[in-house]
Amino acid sequence: MEMDDLRRVVREYVVKEYVEEGVEIDITDTTPLISGGIVDSFSMVSLKRFLEKKYAIKIPDAQATPDAFDSVTRIADLVARIRSATASAS
Amino acid sequence: MSTTTEPAVVPYEQRVTGFDWSLAEHELGYRPGDPINIGWYCSDRICALGHGGKAALIWEDFEGRGREYTFDDLRVLSNTVARFLEKQGIRPGERVCLFMDRVPELYVAFLGILKLGAIAQPLFSAFGEESLWTRLVDAGTAAILTQRKHLPKVRRIRDRLPALRRAVVVDAAGAALREGEVPFDLDREPPAESFVVHPSQPETPSVLHYTSGTTGQPKGAQHVHYSLVSQYLTAKWVLDLRPGDIYWCNADPGWVTGTSYGIIGPWSNGATQVVLDAGFNAQRWYRFLERHRVTVWYSAPTAIRLLMREGTPLAQQFDLSSLRHLCSVGEPLNAEAVHWSRAAFGLPFHDTFWQTETGCIVITNFPGMPIKAGSMGRPFPGISAALLDPHTFEPFSETGRVGLIALRPGWPSMMRAYWNNPQGYAAKFKGGWYVCGDRATVDADGYFWFVGRDDDVINTGGHLVGPFEVESALLEHPAVAESAAVANPDAVNMEVVKAFVTLKPGFEPGADLELEIMNTVRRKLSPLAMPQEIEFVATLPRTRSGKIVRRVLRAKEFGEPVGDLSTLMED
Repeated sequence: MEMDDLRRVVREYVVKEYVEEGVEIDITDTTPLISGGIVDSFSMVSLKRFLEKKYAIKIPDAQATPDAFDSVTRIADLVARIRSATASAS
Repeated sequence: MSTTTEPAVVPYEQRVTGFDWSLAEHELGYRPGDPINIGWYCSDRICALGHGGKAALIWEDFEGRGREYTFDDLRVLSNTVARFLEKQGIRPGERVCLFMDRVPELYVAFLGILKLGAIAQPLFSAFGEESLWTRLVDAGTAAILTQRKHLPKVRRIRDRLPALRRAVVVDAAGAALREGEVPFDLDREPPAESFVVHPSQPETPSVLHYTSGTTGQPKGAQHVHYSLVSQYLTAKWVLDLRPGDIYWCNADPGWVTGTSYGIIGPWSNGATQVVLDAGFNAQRWYRFLERHRVTVWYSAPTAIRLLMREGTPLAQQFDLSSLRHLCSVGEPLNAEAVHWSRAAFGLPFHDTFWQTETGCIVITNFPGMPIKAGSMGRPFPGISAALLDPHTFEPFSETGRVGLIALRPGWPSMMRAYWNNPQGYAAKFKGGWYVCGDRATVDADGYFWFVGRDDDVINTGGHLVGPFEVESALLEHPAVAESAAVANPDAVNMEVVKAFVTLKPGFEPGADLELEIMNTVRRKLSPLAMPQEIEFVATLPRTRSGKIVRRVLRAKEFGEPVGDLSTLMED
């Protein structure tokens, strides 16, 4: 359920910020975001910043790769991994 | 410093000796006084040479869907676009904007616009509405060709564009279009087997590419049809295009590389090029190179560094043995990238230097010339390059001394004007030299070595971002009182935009506000103009006359000395 929520938050943010209003694109959990040209590598920075703020985490630059940000599912998995690692470290 | 020699093609010295641009005119079959139309030279001429059935464009999107066009297809389809625009009332000399992703329609329409005698104005499709409006209103653009996905941006600014008569939608099927919007379906439009190509003269305007400077809004560098001569020969000699090559240029035609070497250079040489309309993904890129057996690859340092991050073993999982020649453009190519490409591909990337204004490669690591990793290379034959003293603008020849890169005007693809901006154009010349705005040194062998920009322009991922445009967008946010946009060093993009901001009373700095401001700039301008970091400050450094001094902020970001601060106001 928590992963469902995470994916929903990411998906809604992507649609709100990166899909032009009035454009019909169906963003699913597996839609290619970076390689599909919906989010470019520069915009990835604002998406990363949003996730860090929303979930009070720090995503290391080495993990913030175009591949790791290429779909809602991958982003949610990355966030979940970092949250889990942060929780076990504290 | 490592110096290596590759198998010789034609020695550089031999190319330079007795060089004259008429060599290219001769190869193109062009005689002075004849009409010269780039659209015709890139399609009809190749067909007339008997290569109409050869593949010109092999296109693929991110889902792997592909389309393929021969040179004869290019000829007919560009005729079709030209005829369609003519019927829409577009006349020679009018500006027609291409605002599309890298779809086949973009490439075909570029040639069609030129065949009509109109001026092609390609713009990066990720531009936000303010960036788009600034460039369209300055150019007085008469028509824009776009896709449904980008149409909302056009619609939001349409009433502020009195000169814009037509918005042509290339994938309009099923869309409800408004007044002034017309559909154009490349597959369904009756093909125009023939079209009377506009008899452009050498100095007839052809392409208008906007580029950013330190001050003011972006400037439209206006090129002419005679630029073909430079673009043809540099593509042949520097990119080393040969019959049978499969060529891939990573650049989007919204930028000058994507037209000079993503359309004009390869097609005037009759080369087959492949286009991938997809964002970056290392595996996909390698798979694309492998599947299409790409032989010549023109990429950019940012992309190369992203590939480096993924590691050499990934590259080695693919059969990239077809690669024969690699080049790079956009920003200085660091030595590490050259060494890495040797390990990953068995070939070095050859750095090339040029600008929107120069229209063609002007300084380069020539094929067959020893590569000095990290160097820009040597001037292309026919290009007179020098370093100027930054204060006197006198040329000098001492090695190791930093000067301004300058070029003696006169090569065919030099811009002829900044659109509507004669003062800006005049300001680019000192003592008869065109001053590029970059600093470099030269060594005893005549190789140029990039040092940095000589102004406040930010080179991010190979694209120039003007601080004024970013600061103007920042000031439109209700919380921002003052702003300064400067370059911040970045491992992948060389530089990224950083903004220093003072806030209006009642606003507090914080992560929420930072993200909100970042997204505001991204939507208005473009993702690459978005500050990747915002620092909230109490005051900004100013001169006694009140002008914000960006160089102080920039120097701090780069850990450099800030220089003479005697003219700054005291706190």
